[in-house]
Amino acid sequence: MNRPTNTIYLDNAATTPMHPEVITVMTEVMKNTYGNASSVYHVGQDAKAVLEEARSSVAQSLNCLPNEVYFTGCGSEADNWAIKGYAMANRKKGNHIITTKIEHHAILHPCEYLEKNGFEVTYLPVDETGLVSLEDVKNAIKDTTILISVMYANNEVGTIEPIAEIAKIAKEHGVCMHTDAVQAVGAEAINFQELGVDMLSLSGHKFGGPKGVGALIIRKGLRIEPFMHGGAQERSKRAGTENLAGIVGLAKALEISVANIPEKQEKMKEMRDYLISEIEKNIPYIKFNGHREHRLANNVNFCFRYIEGESLLLMLDINGICASSGSACTSGSLDPSHVLLALGLPHEIAHGSLRLTLSANTTKEELDFTVSKLQEIVHRLRLMSPIYDMSLEEN
Amino acid sequence: MYTEKVLDHFQNPRNVGDLEGADGVGQVGNAKCGDIMKISLKIENDVIVDAKFKTFGCGAAVATSSMATELIIGKTLEEALAVTNQAVVEALEGLPPAKIHCSVLAEEAIKAAIQDYYVKTGREVPGGGCTGCCGSCGHDHGCADEE
Repeated sequence: MNRPTNTIYLDNAATTPMHPEVITVMTEVMKNTYGNASSVYHVGQDAKAVLEEARSSVAQSLNCLPNEVYFTGCGSEADNWAIKGYAMANRKKGNHIITTKIEHHAILHPCEYLEKNGFEVTYLPVDETGLVSLEDVKNAIKDTTILISVMYANNEVGTIEPIAEIAKIAKEHGVCMHTDAVQAVGAEAINFQELGVDMLSLSGHKFGGPKGVGALIIRKGLRIEPFMHGGAQERSKRAGTENLAGIVGLAKALEISVANIPEKQEKMKEMRDYLISEIEKNIPYIKFNGHREHRLANNVNFCFRYIEGESLLLMLDINGICASSGSACTSGSLDPSHVLLALGLPHEIAHGSLRLTLSANTTKEELDFTVSKLQEIVHRLRLMSPIYDMSLEEN
Repeated sequence: MYTEKVLDHFQNPRNVGDLEGADGVGQVGNAKCGDIMKISLKIENDVIVDAKFKTFGCGAAVATSSMATELIIGKTLEEALAVTNQAVVEALEGLPPAKIHCSVLAEEAIKAAIQDYYVKTGREVPGGGCTGCCGSCGHDHGCADEE
């Protein structure tokens, strides 16, 4: 297939291009700071200083203490660590964990693993907009509950959960609270202290940083098993020589991202709402997914009835447009996205989902082009679809 | 992930549509699983003189349907019944492992359309034919009740 000449990247929830300044600081570190931060001589200590500077910077960006920042290899690692590490360290207190049906697999699969090892997990439902109910959280807590993990914002439909309120409930019941904030950090103003959670996961490449680095923020004094056993790195909780360039890149990207969140959000919300209204105006038989207000500023998610998501993605790609879908064919399984199913969508509609996630640099021209192509493609695929025929016959 | 041939058949599908007064029509798959294929045949003297398809599904589902119609046009019914999913895969120069079921669906759509022709013309179906449910997806479509 010929590569399209112009790329319109509307999959910023999958990953983001690196900020040029991030590349500069990482390049500097790779050139000049090759030492192992655990070494006693000056070359090592220089690396240690750079590492701790990055840690302080992350702490400042999120309003936590520097020694509450633990760098990991990715967001999935942070999630795995929070769930399994906390459960294993606190199993004497209880074996019950509460999470939701719409979490990322980096939360769901560790929970399933724990279920096979003597833990009990409650997967809370969400309403049709993707919101968790506070009542459901309260009702699910029992004597054996040790941990609640609810994502800050959903990666597929963009719904923002009431984390501060859930954290308050957790605190009242003496239960530890974790949030997977991978989609929210850098996009939403997050203040770790004010939010009231005990652990928070983030990933560098979601906000203009490099891939291969994330962090778990762990409230001081929290009991948790080490993730990786070995050397004394990350206060003996996560062994392995630090990915210094990656960590510096993450810290820089976060610093840049949190500097202008309100301005970015205002701009992206305008673009997002424009895209939503243009799609709703121009394409029939669609279903808007997620919450209209409690929504990430860059997320648009629709189901297009009578067509399948992967076909849609391939056709968009031919036109240079990069997007994502929750169809079975793109999830690598036979079922469509567990998130769309948890929102109550039937399989056949969930298969036709499309997620478009903007950046602060997305232009109106790009969105106009996308909507016009989308209109053509959806029409073309429907003409090819036997279930579209059937629906026309029925009506 | 897809071969040039698959992408070509996806982008420029051959024989899309319905046949007016088709002699045999077969529809297989289920919307729940994300793919449905419908193949219509025009048959003269036990030879498939024309075939068209309509498909709801992924890129591979569209490409395998398109290729399936190309493979059977001009063939006798006996020859068309002998077209396997493997033949469709080979003609497309390969499919990713997760997409092999699309080629199975294409084979079943051909068989279902020919079966429909046999039933309509009151002839015995060689080999018993296809129920229209591949069953490989694990979903309960209530196919047992449909038979």
